[in-house]
Amino acid sequence: MQTHVEVRDLCVTAGAHTIVADVDFSIPRGGVLALIGESGSGKTTIAMALMGYARLGCRIAGGSVRVGDTDVLALDEDGLAALRGDRVSYIAQSAAASFNPSRRIMDQVVEPALIHGRMDRAAAEKKAVALFRSLALPYPDTIGERYPHQLSGGQLQRLMAAMALITGPELVILDEPTTALDVTTQIEVLRAFKQAVREQGATAVYVSHDLAVVAQMADAIVVLNKGRIRENGRAVQVLQQPEDEYTRTLMAAARPERAAVDAPKVTAAPLLEIKGMCASYGTTPILRDINLTIARGATLGVIGESGSGKSTLARVIAGMLPPSTGAISFDGARLPPSLSMRDKEQFRRIQLVFQNADTALNPAHCVGEIIGRPLAFYHGLKGPAAAKRVAELLDLIKLPASLADRPCGGLSGGQKQRINLARALAAKPDLIMCDEVTSALDTVVGAAILDLLAELKRELGLAYLFISHDIGTVRAIADDIMVLYAGTQVETGRRQGYDGVARHPYTDLLIGSVPELRSGWLEEQGTRPAPPVIGQPKDGADLCRFLPRCSWRICGTCEEFTPPRHVTPGGNIILCHRPEGASEGAS
Amino acid sequence: MTNAIRSWVKALSGSGLIGLALVVFWLLIAIIGPFLAPYDPGAFVAHDVFASFTGAHLLGSDYLGRDVLSRLLSGARYSVGLALAAALLASTAGIALALLTAVSPRWLDEGVSRFMDTLISIPSKIFSLVLVAVVGSSLPLLLLVASITYMPGSFRIARSLAVNLAQMDYVQVARCRGEGAAYIAIREILPNMIHPMLADFGLRFVFIVLLLSGLSFLGLGVQPPDADLGSLVRENISGLGEAAPAILMPAIAIATLTVGVNLLIDALPGRGRRMAGKE
Amino acid sequence: MAGPATRGLLATALPLIGKRIASGMLTLLLVSLVVFFIAQLLPGDAAQEMLGQAATADAVAALREKFGLDRPAPERYVRWLVGMVTGDPGYSLVANMAVSDVIAARLPNSLLLAALSALVSVPVALTIGILSAMHRDARLDRGLNVATLSMVALPEFLVATLAVLVFSVQLRWLPSIALIPPDASPWLILRSLAMPILTLSVIVIAQMARMTRAAIIQQLSQPYVEMALLKGIKPARVVLTHVLPNAIGPIVNAMALSLSYLLGGAIIVETIFNYPGLASLMVNAVTSRDMPLLQACAMIFCTAYLLLVLIADTVAILANPRLRNR
Ligand SMILES: Nc1ncnc2c1ncn2[C@@H]1O[C@H](COP(=O)(O)OP(=O)(O)O)[C@@H](O)[C@H]1O
Ligand code: SF4
Ligand SMILES: [Mg+2]
Repeated sequence: MQTHVEVRDLCVTAGAHTIVADVDFSIPRGGVLALIGESGSGKTTIAMALMGYARLGCRIAGGSVRVGDTDVLALDEDGLAALRGDRVSYIAQSAAASFNPSRRIMDQVVEPALIHGRMDRAAAEKKAVALFRSLALPYPDTIGERYPHQLSGGQLQRLMAAMALITGPELVILDEPTTALDVTTQIEVLRAFKQAVREQGATAVYVSHDLAVVAQMADAIVVLNKGRIRENGRAVQVLQQPEDEYTRTLMAAARPERAAVDAPKVTAAPLLEIKGMCASYGTTPILRDINLTIARGATLGVIGESGSGKSTLARVIAGMLPPSTGAISFDGARLPPSLSMRDKEQFRRIQLVFQNADTALNPAHCVGEIIGRPLAFYHGLKGPAAAKRVAELLDLIKLPASLADRPCGGLSGGQKQRINLARALAAKPDLIMCDEVTSALDTVVGAAILDLLAELKRELGLAYLFISHDIGTVRAIADDIMVLYAGTQVETGRRQGYDGVARHPYTDLLIGSVPELRSGWLEEQGTRPAPPVIGQPKDGADLCRFLPRCSWRICGTCEEFTPPRHVTPGGNIILCHRPEGASEGAS
Repeated sequence: MTNAIRSWVKALSGSGLIGLALVVFWLLIAIIGPFLAPYDPGAFVAHDVFASFTGAHLLGSDYLGRDVLSRLLSGARYSVGLALAAALLASTAGIALALLTAVSPRWLDEGVSRFMDTLISIPSKIFSLVLVAVVGSSLPLLLLVASITYMPGSFRIARSLAVNLAQMDYVQVARCRGEGAAYIAIREILPNMIHPMLADFGLRFVFIVLLLSGLSFLGLGVQPPDADLGSLVRENISGLGEAAPAILMPAIAIATLTVGVNLLIDALPGRGRRMAGKE
Repeated sequence: MAGPATRGLLATALPLIGKRIASGMLTLLLVSLVVFFIAQLLPGDAAQEMLGQAATADAVAALREKFGLDRPAPERYVRWLVGMVTGDPGYSLVANMAVSDVIAARLPNSLLLAALSALVSVPVALTIGILSAMHRDARLDRGLNVATLSMVALPEFLVATLAVLVFSVQLRWLPSIALIPPDASPWLILRSLAMPILTLSVIVIAQMARMTRAAIIQQLSQPYVEMALLKGIKPARVVLTHVLPNAIGPIVNAMALSLSYLLGGAIIVETIFNYPGLASLMVNAVTSRDMPLLQACAMIFCTAYLLLVLIADTVAILANPRLRNR
């Protein structure tokens, strides 16, 4: 096949240090190449260099980039401007931030076509609408009249694809285009991208940190680490027989193994029990009728898309947000609803670990102070005794004791998350609530944190409330799993209960949307049937919140009545009119 | 400690270094100026009024034949000292109130903020004129007027910082740990406000120097026999037609002080970036 | 083609603007309370002041009654407030005239000076701000930065005296006193106002240019700017068509602050050039402790400030689709 894009010895520097070095690859016409690596490995830098662009403070220091017959790095500013957005176009990671907030979508989508004189405005708008349609956007004729803040992330991401494709580019660069999306949205967007790029016959570069996503999109994969290529080969080969050690580490971390954990000793009284709890921010109701128990030493995984109320649940338990109704009891005793009514012992026994360790550690304090504070506050430990305990805790989380005097500013993401954890451990709690503790970390680092959590649980008999948006992560650590959708608890059960087919329709969608680590998976997933026609939802009724998206909804029932709870054959409790949820037999 | 200062100075840009030099110079003059004065600042020592630069009188003489250099050296302590004290008072009070409102109940926070917003919408010069009209212009009252005038601005900045910091996860963590309001305000929030508030303090100092010298220039500030740099400009205004150094030198002195502080603040490392919440 | 987003632009923007107006009025009311309260702190009262120490107690009491000074403070406040609103802010004991007449003679002068200065400074400031932002950290920007940084810190009387020395004493181009004869031609007016305008502009230009630069640079670091460049749009065009519409809110806000300075902050400039404006009137009121006049002037300046802020808010609401339609 004819080579379309060729990169030779590419080298990009930022001031004195090199961020990308000796990068070589080529892509045949119409091929899709994936750049994969952890954050900071230089993926975006390389992708932008393909357009002759370097971010403020960076400089393309050497090498060559050839697109068709054009030597991109030899072009002057005017030549580059003529190339960008016309022959080569770019789809950025965060569509929400990459659209100008004060201009209409249509103006922005047709802008490349107008700037490069491809067509007049009327023709451009017509083409844009056609693209909206083929990208499966709702209301293709009028969606362009909206402003970015009026659209969802998944819609914006597809609109950005329309903007990139409007000039009929020969090369499209997609930079983590689905990373900011929920997994159920991601699959639709991926499908739309793949089809649109193929229809255009464009060559594509797909940047991602997610191997499973890349497996669906790419013909060839380049694995990057610290600005250098570790492995470069056909997708099938890299995924099935990785040659490089680093690639194998990435693969292993992408599928977290469940650490062998003994079944928790079930004691009579549960550690934490919540009954019929509802919570709201001001007058906006968020959580509705939450019921859960966590046994001593057990792990409850909470899963749901962003905004489903996972963090709110943790905030209610911690006492930051008093529930509007319902009771929380801890170790048999009722837990006061608000912070001001709890005593020190109640505070001590429940600890909360936040998602983002960057913001959870006070930059004005050093590591020793951060870990030492709970020691002094709860246990009255001071001076050498405290220092000794800090060293022990650092050892427990596998960090050197010498770190105690360091400010936390200069530490890596993984180190910070460990210290975040150590601070919670210092209180000697019974329950730790982990809110997305691995989400902000690279896969490899996140997998190590998961291992650490499992180990601590074994050694210290801790119970966890483990919150995540990623079903794989939850499955790797939880004994019980609870699924939240728009603040309702749609399914609860043992981890094994989710392996069967009878699941709540939302759980089914969620699990079915997680890409598998092999090529061709995306094609095998038939598009879901459109939700069946139903009547006008009954006003004022407390209906199933999944109703608008549900492919299993029952006309005459789901839009009229509040869903009841059922126990599935797998033993899970689901909130649905279908007793067996989304199982084949039920349809 | 000295190492930290040395590396800090090294990081300053060219204009920052000039600013630092000017600031240090004026602080020194404010302290030891009067001892350096070649003549008694109140004595009529020159043969001529509004004399230009001469060997005997380096900066010429004023409208009564007094030595301008000597008057300048002793006037600086009013301009610098009064403004420094007022700026300190304004900033400290602003920060303290801001911390208080950040951890206090909603109604108190809203009440205080509304009141401060009201004070902010009275332009500062107008506000200080009204205050001066009522309380007069003795030195302690001038100090009070200047700090009251600029305290609401400092409060507003400190409050927006404190409110943002109070939302940070580490503050939430402290809350969940059961920490009291005082600990949260002083140990968790305050240390992260110091850097931006230092820059704000510098700005406030500049504003107050300009305000006080402006008041003195109008005859409403420091009253004779005391004289700050603004008073020196006022008393020599009749020398304007002769381009007498007696009027220009004090005005230039003020400018070097305020411009110096401004250049120094602008060169402070990490300014702005820190406020944006990045590392 | 009226899409769903355009419908009811006014319908969505008006309540927001109405809210701002209401909040501005409330602030103004609170300001009047503060001003009145401070004025009450003055020991003695106007009647005593007017008649002097030698006056008999009866005479003072009679005068007090005449001006309503014997009434309780809340009642006097309400009377004063009603007077302010209806255009009768009281009687200036020092000038022996109605305050409204004293002010009527001065206000047009102040407005003229402020308007002319704004006309000069706004375009210059915008140009400097945009140029600096576009050449961020280049030599031009660093030079302009040091220049504006120094200019904002200059005392007005230094700028004014230097201007007099150069243009009036040395070059003899312009008069050093801004007195305008009643029958002056526009040219003469401009000539006599040139130096006050110049002095005011120097300081205001520096303030506004810095804020404009900051507002634009803040936008330039947004991802949508990078996206626009990667669409092949030239940098100058990106700034004009993509960045400016987003920066307009903070920019007009900065302008409002600076322009309010042109009215109330002109105190020193008016004094030096002997210009008969409102600000120098206020200084006289302070010197003579003419409280009715002082209170009225203060309220005018505060109203002007709040009005400018309101206009800026309105522009920001209209410019920002997120604020104007949800
Ligand atoms: N402080 C708050 N005030 C009002 N609404 C909030 C607040 N925090 C979160 N929400 C809303 O509550 C819902 C649930 O949020 P959250 O618990 O953070 O979800 P998750 O953690 O699952 O992403 C969302 O719709 C969010 O917009
Ligand atoms: S209740 Fe009806 S709409 Fe809701 S999940 Fe079950 S079948 Fe779907
Ligand atoms: Mg969350």
